[in-house]
Amino acid sequence: MSEASETDETRPGKFGEYGGQYVPEALMPAIEELTDAYQRYVLDNEDGFMDEFRQRLRDFGGRPIPLQRADRLSERYDREVYLKREDLLHGGAHKLNNALGQVLLAKYMGKERIVAETGAGQHGTATAMAAAHLDVPCEIYMGERDINRQRPNVFRMRLNGSEVNPVTTGRGTLKEAISETMRDWATNVEDTHYVIGSIVGPHPFPAMVRDFHSVISKEAKRQFDEQVGTQPDAVLACAGGGSNTMGAFAAFVPDESVGLYAVEAGGSSLTVDEEAGVAPNSASLSTGTEGVLHGARTKVLQDRDGQIMESHSVSSGLDYAGVGPELAHLVDTGRVHAVNVDDDAALTEFHRLSQLEGIIPALETAHAFAFLERDHESLGETVMVNVSGRGDKDLEAAIEETAKRDIDIAPDMSVFQGAMR
Amino acid sequence: MSRIPEAFADGPAFVPYLAAGDPNYEDSLRYVEALEAGGADVIELGLPFSEPIAEGPTIQSAVVRSLEGGMTPRRFFEFVEDLDVSVPLVCMTYYNLIYQFGEEEGPRPFVEKAAEVGLDGFVVPDLPAEEADPLRDACDEFDLDLIFIVAPTTKGERLQRIMSQVSGYVYVQARLGVTGAQADVSDQTTDSLSRLSAWDVPKAVGFGISSGDHAERIVAGGADGIIVGSALVDIVAQGHEAGDDPAEIARRLTDLSEELVAGAGRGFAQRVPKAERT
Repeated sequence: MSEASETDETRPGKFGEYGGQYVPEALMPAIEELTDAYQRYVLDNEDGFMDEFRQRLRDFGGRPIPLQRADRLSERYDREVYLKREDLLHGGAHKLNNALGQVLLAKYMGKERIVAETGAGQHGTATAMAAAHLDVPCEIYMGERDINRQRPNVFRMRLNGSEVNPVTTGRGTLKEAISETMRDWATNVEDTHYVIGSIVGPHPFPAMVRDFHSVISKEAKRQFDEQVGTQPDAVLACAGGGSNTMGAFAAFVPDESVGLYAVEAGGSSLTVDEEAGVAPNSASLSTGTEGVLHGARTKVLQDRDGQIMESHSVSSGLDYAGVGPELAHLVDTGRVHAVNVDDDAALTEFHRLSQLEGIIPALETAHAFAFLERDHESLGETVMVNVSGRGDKDLEAAIEETAKRDIDIAPDMSVFQGAMR
Repeated sequence: MSRIPEAFADGPAFVPYLAAGDPNYEDSLRYVEALEAGGADVIELGLPFSEPIAEGPTIQSAVVRSLEGGMTPRRFFEFVEDLDVSVPLVCMTYYNLIYQFGEEEGPRPFVEKAAEVGLDGFVVPDLPAEEADPLRDACDEFDLDLIFIVAPTTKGERLQRIMSQVSGYVYVQARLGVTGAQADVSDQTTDSLSRLSAWDVPKAVGFGISSGDHAERIVAGGADGIIVGSALVDIVAQGHEAGDDPAEIARRLTDLSEELVAGAGRGFAQRVPKAERT
């Protein structure tokens, strides 16, 4: 799989000045052990690890998944719009690529227990499924606030036999859940692997998670060759931590003719409330500054003292104050365009895609479509949007958020108000 | 050199920790001073960071109280200047706060300011030796110590790399996990101390020490000092929650400090013959 590493580190574990390993000493031996395992199993395919991973992605995960021409969006925007349908991957989101890879790697490493964190619940769900599939005990940390926002996913994790531990510190979202999972890992490091859910954290996680997800863009490149006969002019993907983003970009990075757009959550505003320590957005690529968070140097939302801000997005899957170090580097070098759209625009496109294409997207994914709606004229003749996940998990949030707004293409919300309770 | 080596020169050192500004600026000054009254040889002062990934629930809560009380890096330096203590002071914080301070990029402005207000060294739990060169350079420039944590899992080349960078004392983590008071102390400590015996730098053991008996056993086992955080932070937290008089809370901190110092002394007495030989 070394061909996946075209966007590789400028030196081991570093993407320019970003990346690195900023973790408590107790974790360093585990990080070194993991770095060694990443080299042997993922990069060198020792013991046929990558062969087994690809086989399980096919048989259990359902890959390859389609590259679909979106007929009505193509008509609306007067260009060729293609959808990479990661929402059709088993579990309903791209997250399984990484979760399956890491849980399998943990087995190859002889680890007996899995811990993971989750925000929207998609990574937790994927990890719980992979852990059940591969018969490894699994505990998942999730912010209390996110548990309340994402009940169906919590139930799915429990159905698959995982424990779900509520995190009550801070605001009870992904940032706190990551910190709590790191604490568990530091305590149980000898028999436990931490399945990090995005291209964040200390090396080798950003590179390894990218490699597991790079199947998205490798498949898409091949499908464009076979189905369209040309590569896309632009690839759009929503960006929170950045896992589906780097998955969709990785194989296209060397091809400078393909514009890469990381669409962040602009939330309700790009202006920061310094006094309250709150960023009403999750746009760390667009508005963040260089800092050290959760084991890596990257772009983070922080106040002038360096305290990490509470972030916000209508989509809990994007609600994170940091972003992967590789994306931060690619934005700095100009290869990736960091753009953002606000909550209102994302919610509107959630409705539009559902109506025009019969695909109910995750609220995360809806951000990419909101950027397409706004800026399609500058994106060239052929555009690919990575449909990172399906929106079933977001229906409760969508009812609540739609009812607060005047969205002309939304259904009559008065019918649903009572059903919310 | 800083004043830290002297603190270890005369028997086992007692190194207490409190989060600066917990639960508020004024009371916290008094609590830190109470540690010196109880016999502290070096005091570790926590500068709170919003994501304290190496801390357990007790110190996490202290961090939240301090941040909610308005603690910032600049306030922290004022706090150090306002303290009426004479023992060496070590700042314990996370790298992002050190890195972001001041106009110039990197850790130098923070270290310069720390030296100016009279701090003696740093413990930075999320800064491994591999990433520490810029901070090490700044510490050398201003004659401050950089203390590293050695975990039960730190062995071989990593141990060598850390021990070649450490100054002041080495923070020996008594067991795996995050900070927090424990009912007992771990056997992992003895193993760690024996691995470190070749290096001539004071070895202070922390994580889980909460009583004079713990202190006695740790020092009898060869530690040159004991680091106590959560057990002291608990006294602040419980007193604050119960609405107790800060003077009474300060007295409890002094009492526990005295108990720990006495325990460390008993432990040291058990190995005096060995100490005399060296």
